[in-house]
Amino acid sequence: MKTPTLLIVDDSAAMRSLMAATIETLGTVRVLQAANGFEALRILPREQIDLILTDINMPDINGLELLSFVRTNPIYRDLPVIIISTEGSRQDIDRGLSLGANEYLVKPFIPATLLELIQRLL
Amino acid sequence: MTVTHSPSPDAVRDFLAEAEEILEELAAQLADLADMAEGGSWDPDLLNAIFRGAHSLKGVAGMFGFSTVAEVAHNTENLLDWLRMGKVSLTSQVMELLFRSSRLLTTLLRATADATLDQHRDEIAAHADAIATCLAPPTSGGAPGVTPGQLGLPESILGALTEYEEHRLRENIGQGRQLCLIHTSFDLGTFDQELGGLTEQLKGYGELISTLPSMGENSQTNIDFELLLGSLRPLAELQELLAGKVVAITCYGGSAGDATSVVAPALQHAPELSPTPAAGVTSPAVSSQETPPSAVVPLPDEGPSAKSMTSTVRVDIGKLDELMNIVGELVLAHSAIAAIANRMRAEGFSRMAIDLGKAAKGLERRLADLQNGVMAIRMIPLGQLYEKMSRIVRTIAREQGKKIELKLFGAETELDKLIVEHIADPLMHIIRNAIDHGIEPAERRQALGKDERGTVRLSSYQRGNHVVIEVEDDGSGIDLAKVKQKALSKGLLHDASPVSDRDALELIFLPGFSTADRITDLSGRGVGMDVVRTNIAAVSGMVDVETWPGLGSRFTIVLPITLAIIKALIISCAGRTYALPITSVVESLLLAPADIRTIENREVINLREATLPLLRLDRFLAVERIDAPLEQYVVVVGAAEKRLGLVVDDLQGQQDIVIKPLGDIFRSIRGISGAADLGDQRTILVLDAGGIITEMMRAGG
Repeated sequence: MKTPTLLIVDDSAAMRSLMAATIETLGTVRVLQAANGFEALRILPREQIDLILTDINMPDINGLELLSFVRTNPIYRDLPVIIISTEGSRQDIDRGLSLGANEYLVKPFIPATLLELIQRLL
Repeated sequence: MTVTHSPSPDAVRDFLAEAEEILEELAAQLADLADMAEGGSWDPDLLNAIFRGAHSLKGVAGMFGFSTVAEVAHNTENLLDWLRMGKVSLTSQVMELLFRSSRLLTTLLRATADATLDQHRDEIAAHADAIATCLAPPTSGGAPGVTPGQLGLPESILGALTEYEEHRLRENIGQGRQLCLIHTSFDLGTFDQELGGLTEQLKGYGELISTLPSMGENSQTNIDFELLLGSLRPLAELQELLAGKVVAITCYGGSAGDATSVVAPALQHAPELSPTPAAGVTSPAVSSQETPPSAVVPLPDEGPSAKSMTSTVRVDIGKLDELMNIVGELVLAHSAIAAIANRMRAEGFSRMAIDLGKAAKGLERRLADLQNGVMAIRMIPLGQLYEKMSRIVRTIAREQGKKIELKLFGAETELDKLIVEHIADPLMHIIRNAIDHGIEPAERRQALGKDERGTVRLSSYQRGNHVVIEVEDDGSGIDLAKVKQKALSKGLLHDASPVSDRDALELIFLPGFSTADRITDLSGRGVGMDVVRTNIAAVSGMVDVETWPGLGSRFTIVLPITLAIIKALIISCAGRTYALPITSVVESLLLAPADIRTIENREVINLREATLPLLRLDRFLAVERIDAPLEQYVVVVGAAEKRLGLVVDDLQGQQDIVIKPLGDIFRSIRGISGAADLGDQRTILVLDAGGIITEMMRAGG
């Protein structure tokens, strides 16, 4: 079986490293990172991504816009997306869910929750 | 909620580095915001960027288990959220609270690093209360009469707006701005640069509310974007600006009339890709299917692009230190090889000795290249430090109600990153002192016939292997009589009468000295000039001060360009060898015992019309001497005004040395800054001239 590839989109490098390190404990995954929506859009057509984890609050292209792009594009339509935000942004999370996000995570989260969600979606 | 596993030390370091970066940016942006707010209006993008900074900090701090920082960041974020949502107005009190938040977060981050968080409980609670007071329910929702839905904006756009973007959209509608939906299509390979360029252009024209990527007609080669822009400027201008670059422009609302829809007329080469919006009446652009617009009119190579960010590498300074250490060791190893080659040659002609000598020469050249290369990586322009200082000056000036102009010179001077980091705090302290104690209040300045605006001049330049940084102010100067009096009252001095003005100035560097009559917010934080001098000495630097009553003072810091390898004068005294950084050596001369006079129990000689106090190094270091030397030398150390003659037995010449720090046990010993390896298995102590001068002042005073 092919090793699944995950894409983390977050403008915080520390956050990306922490998530990547957590996810890599699963062993059989490949983790790609994008620092913003632009980078994510650049990576998408070049890589066979199996799951996207995206922060919502990012400059220029936010997580909701990225999600909307994924959902309206037939190539990526079925790609599972987990949106990540903080407690204060309930409205953004709701909007993400109505745009078709599969799951959401509220920061700060327990690594086990992240792993559980990923395993469920892969 | 806490993290159930502890992040690795590496991850924590990542967090601290990022948090520090966020806070620095935050402080800079707050200063900009304050400047704009004074002018009456500010850029919503800036406010949102500040919000995002607090938001990110809260996010990462929470994830890494730093709950105190997360909590304060959360409160600050709340205040910023209300501000950006227009629920709180940006008064000067709110601005001050934001500055306070930024300072508190910086303090807490440092406290996190050295586990002293508990000392700040009260401050945190007071800060939380202050924010809670600000966040009273808003008096008016400020909702505009027209809702975005009524304007007929497509649901695909509205559905992907964050709460904040939706607020900005409402604000734009409320201000009677016209909303333009700009549809554009870019090649997949270059879209980020092209979109970046376009975005920059649009930001000059109005407010860019959202950027929604969408599927192009040809998703194999292109990616499309819908940019939502609010603007008061005439549509014709926008059309002209975007001529040939975008596919279609559709306008909604605005004072020009409702739901007018226009298409950029100059799109001769653009393919028509825009679907007709629900309520807008978009007429298609003139079609020509062969070429995408990006291929016809390449955007100017400006504006931020995500790509350019990846051309720099962020490296932990520790790794560079390690590398530099290895280079240093290699230099020493080379010296050893060269010495062997010389010995072999001296012992008799041999082909091998010559070859070894040649090989050593080649190695030397390559090593020099390597050393320069590694050093270049470590070098950063002082301009980075200047930015920090200029923010501090603005903040302090604001707090003190003083008008200060900061003049910066030599921002391009480069210095080892590690040294820059070490001197940031001392430099900040000197600047704070200059503003706090030096520059008089505006009224007083006016009364004195000075410009009411005080000037602090920060300049730097390279002088040989050193970098000189000067902080000059045009304030009142240092009151020497007051300094002496203070030293007497603090017991640092028994009798002030024999103390010359030059020596009196040296008193400010003694531990436990402070001229402040009242403890102010700024300088009276228990950090004295002695700490400043010690910190600068820790990077083999010297600090000195000159003052002119009524005219101002000048602090001069002399630093080696790099710490890793420095030039030193190797001296010996009572059978032991020491190194003195060349930075602190002024000159050296042969001592003629007949020239020595004794004044006040202190040995001095006359050097070019001036009295030079002498210090016998063996006595200073309490080294036992077996037999008296035949002749001795005086090494004159010091900087600017102060001079001290170190009496030593022999001068062994200059050498590159790698300073290794001594353990904490040795920290309390003044006059020694570290140890160095001479390359021939000998380890020697490195003397700190600044520390010796201070120590002598204390003993002699």
